[in-house]
Amino acid sequence: MRKLTRRELARRRLLAGALAAGAMPEMLTSRLAYAQTPTKSAATPKKGGTLNTILTPEPPVLVLGVNNQGPTALAASKLYQGLCEYSFDLQPMPKLAKSWSLSEDKKTYTFRLQENVKFHDGHPMTAEDVIFSITKFHTELSPRARPIFANIKEAKAPDPHTVVLTLDKPFEPFMLMFDVTACAIVPKHIYDGTDYRTNPANQKPIGTGPFQFVEWQRGNFIRMKRFDDYWAPGQPYLDEIIYRIIPDSQSRALALQTGQVQLTQANDIEPFDVPRFRAMPNLEVELKGWEYASQLSWIELNHRVKPLGDVRVRQAINLAIDRNFIRDRLWFGIGKVATGPICSTTKFYDPAVAKLPGPDPKAAMQLLDAAGLKPDAKGVRFTIKHLALPYGEVWTRLSEYFRTALRQIGIEVVLETTDAGAWARRIGDWDYETSVNFLSQYGDPTLGVERSYVSTNIKKVTFTNTGGYENPKVDELFKTAREAGDTAVRQQAFTAVQKILCEELPQIWLMELAWPTIHDRKLYNVIGTAMGPNASFDNVFLA
Amino acid sequence: MGGARFGRFLVQRVLKMVAMVFAIIVANFLLVHAAPGDPASVMAGEAGAADPQFLAQLRAQFGLDQPLSTQLWIYVSHVAQGDLGVSYRQQRPVAGLILERLAATLLLTGTAFVLAIVGGITLGALAARRVGHTSDSLITVLALGFYATPTFWVGLMLVLVFSVWLDWLPSFGMKTVGADLTGGAALLDTARYLVLPGLTLGLFYMAVYARLTRAAMLEVASQDFVRTARAKGVPEGGVQRRHVLRNALLPVITVAGIQAGQLIGGAILVETVFAWPGIGRLAFDALLARDYQILLGVFLATSVLVLVFNLITDLLYAWIDPRVEVM
Repeated sequence: MRKLTRRELARRRLLAGALAAGAMPEMLTSRLAYAQTPTKSAATPKKGGTLNTILTPEPPVLVLGVNNQGPTALAASKLYQGLCEYSFDLQPMPKLAKSWSLSEDKKTYTFRLQENVKFHDGHPMTAEDVIFSITKFHTELSPRARPIFANIKEAKAPDPHTVVLTLDKPFEPFMLMFDVTACAIVPKHIYDGTDYRTNPANQKPIGTGPFQFVEWQRGNFIRMKRFDDYWAPGQPYLDEIIYRIIPDSQSRALALQTGQVQLTQANDIEPFDVPRFRAMPNLEVELKGWEYASQLSWIELNHRVKPLGDVRVRQAINLAIDRNFIRDRLWFGIGKVATGPICSTTKFYDPAVAKLPGPDPKAAMQLLDAAGLKPDAKGVRFTIKHLALPYGEVWTRLSEYFRTALRQIGIEVVLETTDAGAWARRIGDWDYETSVNFLSQYGDPTLGVERSYVSTNIKKVTFTNTGGYENPKVDELFKTAREAGDTAVRQQAFTAVQKILCEELPQIWLMELAWPTIHDRKLYNVIGTAMGPNASFDNVFLA
Repeated sequence: MGGARFGRFLVQRVLKMVAMVFAIIVANFLLVHAAPGDPASVMAGEAGAADPQFLAQLRAQFGLDQPLSTQLWIYVSHVAQGDLGVSYRQQRPVAGLILERLAATLLLTGTAFVLAIVGGITLGALAARRVGHTSDSLITVLALGFYATPTFWVGLMLVLVFSVWLDWLPSFGMKTVGADLTGGAALLDTARYLVLPGLTLGLFYMAVYARLTRAAMLEVASQDFVRTARAKGVPEGGVQRRHVLRNALLPVITVAGIQAGQLIGGAILVETVFAWPGIGRLAFDALLARDYQILLGVFLATSVLVLVFNLITDLLYAWIDPRVEVM
């Protein structure tokens, strides 16, 4: 059984106590229906109020699909919705789809849609919009959705509130592709037949979400207000949400501290600032809500650069790294140490085989000796370049730690700095020796893990198998898992592949990332699903 | 100076400026394209997932699949027609984006500029008149202090005192969002947001002008024509104003001309710390995102402004000191 955080424990005790006392049956049934709703739904929802929060960096547009980066999803998830959301253990929960079923042959999915859903311009949302969004909009725009939705052989709407999708072969992770970040439902009447990327409507997003777009002053704020025709009765509770664009991390921390904003999320607050916010009695720091994204960070090695193609060298680098140090001293306890290529929060993670040895610098040096890499007069075995990840202070510190850790086993690391644009270009062009990278796993290894290790995905584009690792056995296992419709077969393949990858270490996995969501205790229901702050906030209220 | 001569001078200057702007456009274009990475790779990097088709679509949409010379030709010919292009990321016209942000920056830098000039010259003149007195020492020490302190630190301290401790003024932004104020109330609201960044930016230049004015006035005050003026019975106030201060203003105008040139681009640090939605941030974000169109547009606007202020400075010289000839 996984370890429980202190708060979860407290919650369970509370629940157990309430059960024993037979108190508040209504609260309990709603709790048990969504076993993992947050602690505080006990408070009565209250209407009204404005939520001031932060968005950084400023997104280019607010239409998911046209742009899919993190900040876009944070804000646009209030304007748009997907067919479902996911619980903390990645079970689909109804959103725009009321229910769904899967045929015997595991190829046909039937979605029943909510019936009184309207877009912000008043048009009713129907099965046509859903089919358009899936088979045209996101298939055209999204590199993530494209290869999966391309397998939809037939999409039908037998009635305005039913969508039937038939795949050409079973694909088990299919149901993980329908949250708002993967497949936001967009209005067909606005986008069909236009160039989606340049459609003028992108400047004034129209979705089905609980909030509708009001105003966006670039570099300043994004303002959205309650959508009165929202389909869920009584919701949303908030009148307005205002996202302030605050570029400087210290100014963001100050805004939170002085109460000028009531919520920060993602990388708004640097990890080293989190402890002081934990100490503030009016604020709550939550780390859950990233189970769906499940981002894994690693030292990215380019296998084409000698001697990184040698498995002994990679094992040695792995032994030189102290992951607990990274978690405690760089991330201040936020996140978990990685145990292999699959995050512990992603499906098919197998704790029995996902194990990484170390730290053990002595053993590391023996491995390097065995690989014929003897130290020279200055104690240096070889020198390697390292391209730091330009995403903020903590990543720079990580690269500095990497240099120190490798120096103790006789590997000299030369740091290179760059900005985000050049970093993405150089990784995509394989123009690096080592770097730092982190990728989302989207709940299932077929969706988010396979891409980094199979030889068929060695491409000159970021977030493919840029390191160039090749192993026919690994290719085969990932293929088996992708094509099998049976969970047990997939588990078997993923267990085997985790075992191989933990031995061969194509990349040096570091941390399962989590991002602190810090909010005023008067703000309720912020984190209730695996979507974290990317949820629609229809049930969020200020008391 | 004759009107015809002045007209000829102005035409010459403007023609030179146009040639200069063209050279600047070409140089900037080549420079921004020389930076590694392009908007498509940045967007792929941010999306967390990418495939070759995604990159190819974006590059084709932005016209980045054309040869560089073709891109340059397209850009220059569009600019010549007054079209600054469309931002790659935001899909909005660059001219509009710049204008939107220009107002915010000019409000901030203009306030700081006026504060610096009026405050600086007043304090400098006061110190020079009462040289050696306590008020002179006080002004000198303060000016030296603000001159020597890094801008960002002044900003942080102001925020600490006025936002965190006293809770009088907001620490970021430009207006109270959601309050929907109009008229005087809206002005007052923005003024409250303007105080801290305006002070932060203005204090440094105020110190510069105070020191300059004081030194120049003291130097001028010891010259023969001032003694002559006194000897012929001009009252002391008139001597200070019309003879000393006027002659002491030349170095101040030189520096003010330089500062005015930076009115657009020079406030990026303050804009970042105070989340002020100005053009410096726009340019910086565009640089990180490799949004060439915005970047080139901002560079163009900035360089035109610098050239215009140089011209104004030269004309002001001639007005204040008739011995200086502009041509």
